[in-house]
Amino acid sequence: MAFATARSPELDEALGPGSPIVVFDKVSLAFDDKVVLRDISFTMIAGHTKIILGASGSGKSTILKLILGLLRPDSGLIWVNGERVDLMSESELMRVRADLGMVFQEGALFDSLTVAENVGYKLYEETDMPLDAVRRRVEEVLGFIGLGEYIDRMPSELSGGQRRRVAIARAMSAKPRLLLYDEPTTGLDPITATTVDHEIIKLRDLENVSSILVTHQLRDAFYVATHEAIRRDDGLIQIRPADADKAEEAEFIMLKDGGIAFEGHAADLRASSDPYLKTFLS
Amino acid sequence: MLTLLSSWLKAALLELQEYVRLQAATMRGAVTRPLYFHDIVEQFEQIGIGSLTVVLLTGFFTGAVLALQTGITLDQFGARPFVGRLVSASMIKELGPVLTGLMLAGRVGSGIAAELGSMMVTDQINALRALGTDPVRKLVVPRVLAGTLMAPVLTVIADTVGIIGGWLIAVFQLRVASSLYWTSVVEVLYLEDLWMGLIKPVCLGFVIVTIGCHVGLRTHGGTQGVGRATTNAVVASSVAVIAVDFFITRLLITLLF
Repeated sequence: MAFATARSPELDEALGPGSPIVVFDKVSLAFDDKVVLRDISFTMIAGHTKIILGASGSGKSTILKLILGLLRPDSGLIWVNGERVDLMSESELMRVRADLGMVFQEGALFDSLTVAENVGYKLYEETDMPLDAVRRRVEEVLGFIGLGEYIDRMPSELSGGQRRRVAIARAMSAKPRLLLYDEPTTGLDPITATTVDHEIIKLRDLENVSSILVTHQLRDAFYVATHEAIRRDDGLIQIRPADADKAEEAEFIMLKDGGIAFEGHAADLRASSDPYLKTFLS
Repeated sequence: MLTLLSSWLKAALLELQEYVRLQAATMRGAVTRPLYFHDIVEQFEQIGIGSLTVVLLTGFFTGAVLALQTGITLDQFGARPFVGRLVSASMIKELGPVLTGLMLAGRVGSGIAAELGSMMVTDQINALRALGTDPVRKLVVPRVLAGTLMAPVLTVIADTVGIIGGWLIAVFQLRVASSLYWTSVVEVLYLEDLWMGLIKPVCLGFVIVTIGCHVGLRTHGGTQGVGRATTNAVVASSVAVIAVDFFITRLLITLLF
């Protein structure tokens, strides 16, 4: 069952595995006199994970908002899923957003809706899918993240970790090709944070969703980059350390003073002798 | 000093520009698809039925005190039987729309600003956009439709209970014959007055709700920002009610009489 945008088969093929799903070309953005991003360029390949690190206020979340078109750059080009989004109108962006999912910091669940209504929001409100089919998809997604029994609860009745997981379920319910995570584990205890990490890994490896993870939680960043999910023959899902090839699919970007201070893989980041990176990693 | 004035002016113009843009987007959203019918019905209930108690109480006591005060004054000219005329003319043409407007500004305007403001600072508005929903269509259009269409209904209710409040005072306190009161209530009313009493609340309802939405959607600065937005919405919409009432009255007098 595919709910995301109806793209032409040619474009679908062109944007298949190994092709760029997000491209930033010399993107700059300033709020009044404060430069947030300066000449940021990077390419993200479909099926891969991009982990954006940086201190608070370094512009990490801004990159996600630019991808979604919630903010516009002052200069530079942004391509998402083969479409240039930096010049699009709000109504045109709705089409691009149909293929994206975003997990906001703190979840940003709708207070007045139940867990089921939150998770199925996009399908209930923005598609013609029959209600019973939406309900089935909501149950399926909540089952995937292990919160099936919370389906009729209100967000206020959930713990912090459960709220983040419901936010992940909401973002994935319409089967987007790209998921954006904004500090999904900040403020969570290590055990709950690991549960959230597992959901991110499962979605990437079992549902083939490309992901961009913004965080300053190094433990979670490295965990997601160096682990993989597999479905065993008995149907159970196992999270295990990734082999070298799989680990290569996760790339790190470190932001500093509005620019990119580092771009590479987990092993390169650990081996870096740059004083700033060393301080950040220590 | 000049720099301060220039930056204040710029900020005010920007605010006005954004307010006008929101109004334009709302108009467009109200006549094109998608329309969120469930939200529209919910807002009609929240704004219309939810404001009924406060409007009933305000209307009743305003009519009653109007009869009480004017009764004493009219006595000096031996015109006590005309108290009904004064109550109905004042309620229908002026007090009903304005007081209903002020009550809606306090109850509905503040509620909208607080709700949308909270959604802004907790990223729920951005979440809506990320999920492919236009917040103007989903949140603003239903509120504006409900506010604009329910304000005249609530005003008619306020006018009615106000006249009933005046009747109670006229009959039991001023000892005016009931039939005399009702005759004078109807005698003074012209069709133009009724139009004025219905057109005004439509405009006031629109202004109150659009200000609440505009202020709410521009909230920033966490919970403190939500508090500030709520206060600003009540102050701005209350002042707007009085000011818009004046300009519409002026316009309608020119057009209708």
